[in-house]
Amino acid sequence: MEDEFQGTLETEGVRKNFMFLNRKAPYGSIYAQEIQEMVLISAAFEQNTAVVFMDDGVYQIKKGQDTSATGMKNFSPTYGIFQMEKEDAEEDEDVDVVWHIVVEKESMEARGLTPEDFVIDVEVMDAAELQKLMAEQDVILTG
Amino acid sequence: MLHTVNKSPFERTNLKSCLRLAGKGDAIMLIEDAVYAAVQGTAVADTMAGAKDDFQVYVMGPDLDARGISRDSVIDGINVVGYDGFVDLVVEHETSQAWL
Amino acid sequence: MSYEVNGKTVEHDEEGYITDISQWSDELAGLIAKDEGIDMTDEHWEVVNFLRDYYNEYQIAPAVRVLVKAIKKKFGPEKGNNKYLYELFPYGPAKQACKIAGLPKPTGCV
Repeated sequence: MEDEFQGTLETEGVRKNFMFLNRKAPYGSIYAQEIQEMVLISAAFEQNTAVVFMDDGVYQIKKGQDTSATGMKNFSPTYGIFQMEKEDAEEDEDVDVVWHIVVEKESMEARGLTPEDFVIDVEVMDAAELQKLMAEQDVILTG
Repeated sequence: MLHTVNKSPFERTNLKSCLRLAGKGDAIMLIEDAVYAAVQGTAVADTMAGAKDDFQVYVMGPDLDARGISRDSVIDGINVVGYDGFVDLVVEHETSQAWL
Repeated sequence: MSYEVNGKTVEHDEEGYITDISQWSDELAGLIAKDEGIDMTDEHWEVVNFLRDYYNEYQIAPAVRVLVKAIKKKFGPEKGNNKYLYELFPYGPAKQACKIAGLPKPTGCV
């Protein structure tokens, strides 16, 4: 028991820049849901978190999803936690975790979408800006 | 012939191949992630607007709903059907080809 | 396996979590709490109601860290700690309070 606690202490304070790159539509495969879970875990360990939606991944946060006729779980409301975590990090002076919630401009426009179509507030970045953000990361996880 | 397509047109070439090989007047049913092809204002909307002149194009309503796509945003001339409508299409056509 | 409340039968799994969240009621919460050896006070209800509101909004149960932070924000620093929550729910706020709130069993380690 004490050993376990020791282990926790040793990793305390380690903070890296994590990027989660969402590239898949929400229901055709399990990727979107798996990444969502990873982001929540990253938040629990108070890591710097950049969540990016690009390619078909932008569809994950499309407003108005209703899965009742298909028998699948609608997991789009859960993205609200990302926004809550981001706002908490910005408001709380004791917390210096940095959050980014980003949609790639090119992907959004190719699908005829605008920032108003999404269930959460996003920063829209073009590929060049996103490239800069990617270069700042320690770990990038894609799905 | 009835063709079914279930992959996003932005990620895979299934729809493209289907449109190339389908015969004039064939039925094309868009299901699962292929329903994104039926939406107005996307990068593939022009292709689909053209396709509906050569084929009868259908899209699965419950799959649109799940993805938050309103019926109003579907390209004019593409027919929204439910599971029952899909079954009717399968019965009506002697052969089905699934572009997986 | 089921609970009986006001002549209504509510199914639960082998650990006592109800299988259909829409079947939940205040009376049922009291019954589950009793099975858990908990007497529901206003303080217990504060936590249970928070869990239900959070679940309704986000469709998952909060991490314990989020729960602690939210309780702190709402009810003051003297309540916003693990010790307070464990005093209310000795077998763990996530497991016990979620069960009473009618939420699915929390998955994962956080």
